[in-house]
Amino acid sequence: MHLSLPALALACTGLIGLALGLIFFYAPTDGDQGFSQRIFYFHVPIALTSYVCFGWGAWKALRYLRKRDERADLESYVAIHQGVMFGALTLVTGSIWAKASWGVWWSWSENQLVLFLVLFLFYCAYFMLRFSVEPGPARANMCAVYALFGVVLIPVSFLAIRLSQKFIHPVVFNAHGPQMTGSQFFVFCVSLAGVLALFATLYQVELAGKRLDAHVRELRELLT
Amino acid sequence: MIGGGYAADVGALARKDLLLELRAKETLPSMLLFVIAALTIFHFALPHGTSHAAALGLLWAALIFTALLGLTRAFVAEREQGMFDALVLAPCDRSAIWLGKALAVLAFLVAAEVVALPAFAAFFSGLDGRTVAAVALADVGIATVGTLFGAMAVAGRARELLLPLLFLPMAIPIVVGGVGGYLWFLALYDAIFAVLSWAAFEYVVSET
Amino acid sequence: MIRARGLAKRYGDRRVFAGIDLDLAAGGFLLVTGPNGSGKTTLLRVLAGLAAQTAGELRLPERRLVGYLGHEPLVYRELSPLENLTLFGRLYRIPERAERVGMLLERFGLWDVRHERVSTFSRGMQQRLGLSRVLLHEPSLLVLDEPYNALDRQGAELLDGVFEEHVFGEPRTWVVATHEPQRVERLATERLAFA
Repeated sequence: MHLSLPALALACTGLIGLALGLIFFYAPTDGDQGFSQRIFYFHVPIALTSYVCFGWGAWKALRYLRKRDERADLESYVAIHQGVMFGALTLVTGSIWAKASWGVWWSWSENQLVLFLVLFLFYCAYFMLRFSVEPGPARANMCAVYALFGVVLIPVSFLAIRLSQKFIHPVVFNAHGPQMTGSQFFVFCVSLAGVLALFATLYQVELAGKRLDAHVRELRELLT
Repeated sequence: MIGGGYAADVGALARKDLLLELRAKETLPSMLLFVIAALTIFHFALPHGTSHAAALGLLWAALIFTALLGLTRAFVAEREQGMFDALVLAPCDRSAIWLGKALAVLAFLVAAEVVALPAFAAFFSGLDGRTVAAVALADVGIATVGTLFGAMAVAGRARELLLPLLFLPMAIPIVVGGVGGYLWFLALYDAIFAVLSWAAFEYVVSET
Repeated sequence: MIRARGLAKRYGDRRVFAGIDLDLAAGGFLLVTGPNGSGKTTLLRVLAGLAAQTAGELRLPERRLVGYLGHEPLVYRELSPLENLTLFGRLYRIPERAERVGMLLERFGLWDVRHERVSTFSRGMQQRLGLSRVLLHEPSLLVLDEPYNALDRQGAELLDGVFEEHVFGEPRTWVVATHEPQRVERLATERLAFA
């Protein structure tokens, strides 16, 4: 993630534009679900990106605990912040997809959606923790520990949700690889790359903003 | 790191918590009253002739919220009297502080359930051995994770509000395992999160 | 005993102190003065190993050799003095614990109330118990934050005695923050004044 921000933003815009074009004009219409299936090309990449955000946040949290580097604390926070935003988008797109496919806004039998609800609740509490504790190494430690619990909670919750119900969500990936045609898979990959680039861009923008903010405050502190 | 000395530290710390509760008599009586009151409310909330499964689901809800009540109180003495400073400076392994507290929490949970489970069996539709085993396994997970998160929550400004927010998402898999009677899943949960909490506690109570 | 170079502490963006250099030899006495909120407590917490510095180097003795008394007496209010000292005696693995605990309770005038709850004590008595807890494990570095603040006259005189008493083995090293510097001025080997 050491690309320059403008290059990243440009790549992100290009990829997302390309993905939009491909989704609406190139991807074949699904025989089963029709036109509405196209939201799959947003929903799944956004969900996967959200996992990437939480994983990145946990990785930075681990680095903080090992190296005591304040920057890693901020990076972990920003990654989780992005993860929660993509997670909220996953909930919204999944909900729309559920409405289009099954005529309901919410379906407890959709494992992916339920898991995101659990994760959304968990990571929202991360912000409550962060904003109710005084800034400093103690807070950074706690946030890091909580972020690490989060990535462990993801598979545990996933298992729990699978146990709790019959599995009726349309299976996109299975043990034999993606059940997509070549053209579908291509569009999916472009879309995933676009959303990942969007995450990288937003991550850099937020991080730059937060760092600038901290510098300004430090300077002001020095002046007084 | 772990040896006879470690066990002695854990024992001394857990005994201290039991002694404190014996003096103050706050946590356990509140948990008992709460769980019985909750079960009573559930009796009126459930329609007549409700299935055993529905009642069992509510039992798990009652147990989780009762545990939350106990966990909120777990570190009150340490927080109000600044005892984290004294304990953190003591030469014992910091995880012994966690384990001692988790054992005390576990004791309160078991004590509350010794009353709550027979009460449930009497109020609703009986109990089977599998549920009792699931409750015992769930208690371990609740006590280990809850103690760690309890130590985090008391550092915040809105401590009573913070703990439920932190803990409830973690409790969802416990409820799934408990209601479904998946004992292996509860054991897996306990193993994973007990180890993680054990390793993480040091960071939660100490900056250095 | 303590060696600090360029010690600094920030909470978020708030700077508490910066650029503190310090050398405190064994047997030394560091007197920390300054108004409330000037950073005395934070410095003492860093020097006791309870808080991490934001920048700078710091060498401290190992944790078991440190005794710390904060604004609170750091004892359990619902336990008795005997139970409190016994708990910490166990954690510090003090040999002949019962004798040591009894001796300290006697010395700090708490023997007669050793079975009573600390919450029924006056603030002065609680602080005396706090002092005996700090001395329990014979620390070689003692960090006391405003120790006179809550002490009654009897306790203050006891503390004066502790400062000056001769101990066998390594001499005690002190870091003391106080509003009443005149009480300990003559003992100080190092001084640090916060503005």
